[in-house]
Formats: sequence, structure tokens, C-alpha cells
Amino acid sequence: MTIDEIQEEIIEEFNMFDDWMDKYAMLIDLGNSLDPLDDKYKVPQNIIEGCQSRVWLNADLKDGIVTFQGESDAVLVKGIVSLLIKVLSGHTPAEILDTDLYFIEKIGLREHLSPTRSNGLLAMIKQMKLFALAYKSVNG
Amino acid sequence: MDKQFIQNIREDFPILSEKVYNKELVYFDNAATTQKPKCVVEKIEQGYYRYNANIHRGVHYLSQKATEEHEAARTTVAQFLNAEKREEIIFTRGTTEAINLVAFSFGEAFCHEGDEVIISVMEHHSNIVPWQMLCERKGMTLKVIPMNERGELEIEAFKALLTEKTKIVSIAHVSNVLGTVNPVKEVIRLAHEKNIPVLVDGAQAVPHIPVNVQELDADFYVFSGHKIYGPTGIGVLYGKENWLNAIPPYQGGGEMIQTVRFEKTTYNVLPFKFEAGTPDYIGSTALAEALRYVQNIGLEKIAAYEHELLEYGTKLLNEIDGMRIIGTAKEKSSVISFLVGNIHPYDIGMLLDKLGIAVRTGHHCAQPLIDSLEIPGTVRASFAFYNTKEEIDQFVAALKRVVIMLS
Repeated sequence: MTIDEIQEEIIEEFNMFDDWMDKYAMLIDLGNSLDPLDDKYKVPQNIIEGCQSRVWLNADLKDGIVTFQGESDAVLVKGIVSLLIKVLSGHTPAEILDTDLYFIEKIGLREHLSPTRSNGLLAMIKQMKLFALAYKSVNG
Repeated sequence: MDKQFIQNIREDFPILSEKVYNKELVYFDNAATTQKPKCVVEKIEQGYYRYNANIHRGVHYLSQKATEEHEAARTTVAQFLNAEKREEIIFTRGTTEAINLVAFSFGEAFCHEGDEVIISVMEHHSNIVPWQMLCERKGMTLKVIPMNERGELEIEAFKALLTEKTKIVSIAHVSNVLGTVNPVKEVIRLAHEKNIPVLVDGAQAVPHIPVNVQELDADFYVFSGHKIYGPTGIGVLYGKENWLNAIPPYQGGGEMIQTVRFEKTTYNVLPFKFEAGTPDYIGSTALAEALRYVQNIGLEKIAAYEHELLEYGTKLLNEIDGMRIIGTAKEKSSVISFLVGNIHPYDIGMLLDKLGIAVRTGHHCAQPLIDSLEIPGTVRASFAFYNTKEEIDQFVAALKRVVIMLS
């Protein structure tokens, strides 16, 4: 699936719920089912400090494809981390760089990304794109 | 205060009947900022509509009127704090600017390499960073008063920190995270035994308990307007006249000067020496209105009612499994910081928000305190006199629902 196809799928899933608490229950489920990040990646250089919660992010490049792993100490943030990984992991650096992450707005989670909320997510998206940029230059 | 009385008060605060996400708003973030009664907003409107003109310089009617209002506001603040003289009241942008002013000007006059400043472990960043900046500038050391497990200052440890190198002590009257009411009178007495002046950060105290700066014998006392039902952007520095005369100006500009020559400028007298530029005369007059509003209800009455809310909230919260209240001082203001089990405070706050409950989560601008407790932050519910036990019931019911979702 392309990145946009995955985004559409997520939007459809979330839009099944009218009530905020249901959307959040789904995020909590996603957060709880995210594979825990291996302790070896939970190192200071992988940490993205937010004011409210912390996010760890690790990336790998294999055969031209980027994979991400991540985690957070807050489960709602972990839920969003899992969505970001679902969308961006498994694509080429060029595809990741070209992506407009519109699903966040469409499913009503934009407030989590406001700079004032500073929970590390905005910084995480930026970091994912920076990884892609770095890998793109490695690939030539 | 009976139910009808509270209901009448609530009608003075239109925002309290707002809905968020189609739910009744429960506003429990009063330690961050308080809501404004109609009379305060009307005072701002009246200022701009009826007597707006730059103060202290105009010969015309409006300027005279605005000047009188601003100076009358100074008198109101002086009476509110029971300052000896109205010239001891300096208007600032808030608590933060007031502390920065003292840290800078006092530091310039009295601090040298090797000297020490004492603060406490439970300070807000605004009562830490200005002193750290002073320490860096002058090559001084910051000393920190520890606290016990209930969140009360260790007075014996404080005594040991007071040395001939100590130049100033700066502590919170009430902790914004723990709610602890510190024994500032005792702290001041002990410091004064060694001729050391004390600044008291009263941001979390003035809205909740009567403050008398002469009785406390505080050398400096600071607070913010917006935490006591006044507007944002206005605050107060009270300083004893002899200290304010002994320290240099903080900012230069108009208003604070006597005569300006390129060779030499002489400074104005108190309080103008510390009010460079056009002051926020709209803010000062609206703050005075807020203080009158609070005084009309009576701070003793407010304190007693908020204590009822604190005890009621504490009792209900303690019935929740895994509840851990952070800060259990004997003398406590209407702030409850807590954690539930291993749930991250951010998760609780986000879900409560969607149920209409406004609380604050995180480190509350007191990172060193949160780090010392080895927790990721807290959820903080802070009450004001317009809150009700019914709102606490709503909050606790919402919290129970949220905890089930997150467990």
C-alpha cells in the first residue's frame, strides 16, 4: 500500500466513531499493542524530549526501505506513535519526504501536534523526516 | 458560604457556564490562571472607552483621569498587602518580571563573587532561573532548602544554610505543585536574625490567604494579577522603601528619570524609578478592581470555603485504587497534585479534557521538584472559590472512568 492509502484506511477506521472517548479508546488499544522498543534503542540520542511526555525513536535502512520503531511513556502518545509508524515505516526515503501527513488532521488529533502541547510528537515527525533525508543522501 | 452565595458568585464569571466538547466545563486549573469576574472585564472596557490617555505626562483631562486611576490602583494594592507606603508598590508584568527585577537590581547593588542565594526545592522556574542567572553573572552559589516526604520545608536544614555568605533568601509562600503553605514568617525571622533579606513569591498565596507584608516583615513580596481574578500582563512587586531606594533601576527609559543629559541622567523617585516606559495603567486599574472584588467577599471566607473543597476532594480521590496524592502538608492550599498507579499524567489529563474537566498535567514549571520526587509529573486539580462540591463529584466520576480506560 502507498502511504496515502494507509492514511485513508486510518481515517476510515477512526471516522467510525462519533464519540471522542471511543476514538481515544482506540488510540489506547493501539498504544498498548505497539511492540515495546528494545532497551538498546532507549538511549539518550534516540529520545525526543517533550514538555509533557517522552518519545523514543529509532530508524533503520535496509534495501532502500526505511523502518521505524518507537515508544512513549504516555499511552495516548504511544497510540499516535504507532499510527505514524504504520504510515511511514516500510517506504523509501523519497516517499517519506514527499508525504503530507493529512490523516492527523482528518481524525481530529491535530491538537496533539500543536507546538504548545509539546509532547514530543511534532519533534518526532520532524525527526522521521530527517532520518529519511539522511538515508536519501546515503542512497545518493 | 452557602450554595446560593456560590451560585451568585458563579454568575459573575460568564466563562463558567461555557460548554466544552458539548459538556459542562469544570475548571480546575486555577493555579495556572483564574477566570475573571464581569467587573474586571468591565473595568478594562471602561478604561479604553472612557479615560484612555498616557499617564503622568499629559496636561489634558483624560491624562489626569488615567493617572488618578493608575495611582489609586497603587493605593488599593498597598492596602491589600498592608504595605506601609504606597510608594513601596511597583507595577510589573507579573511575578516573573518582579523576581527578575529584584535578582538583577539587588544583585547589582549587593552581590559579589562567592556569595550565596537560598531558594527551596519546591520553587517555580520563575523563582529559580533569575537567581541562577545572577549566580552565573556574579560567580555565586545557589543553595536549596530541602523538604520532607509530606512536602514541607526542612527548617533545621534551612538554618544550617544561612551563613555570612548568604545575600538573599527567595521562597514561595505557597507551592504551585504541592499546595504547601510555607512558614514564611518563620523563614523571614530566621533570615533577619542574620540581617539577610527575604523575597516571598506570593503568586499562589494572595488569591487564597490574607497577606500582610508588615506582619510577615517581608523585604520583597511579589504576585501576578491573573492568578487573583485580574488581567494578564500585570503584577506587583512590593519592596520595603529602604531596599527599593538602595538598589539601582532595572530598566531605563521614560517615566523612570528625573533629568536626562547625555553626560548624566538622574533617576526618578519611588515608585517611578522602577516603572520605565508607559505602564499598563489599564491592567493596574483592572487589577485593583479584582482585589476589591476579592476583598468584598473576604479572604478569610474564601480560605475557609476553599479548604472545605480541598478536604472534600482529597477524601474522594483517596477512595480511588492506586491514588497517590503528591503533597500532604499540614498547612495546604486548595491544590491537589496526584498520580494513579503507573498511568502517565498526560494520558489522564487528555481524557479528562474530553470529558469537560480542565486540569493541568506535567511538571508545572517546577522540574527540579518533580525530578526530586522521581515521578514523570503530576495531574493537578486546583480549586477557586467559584468551584463547587458538585464539580468535584463530576471530576471524580470522570477520573474513575478514565482510570478504567487506561488500566
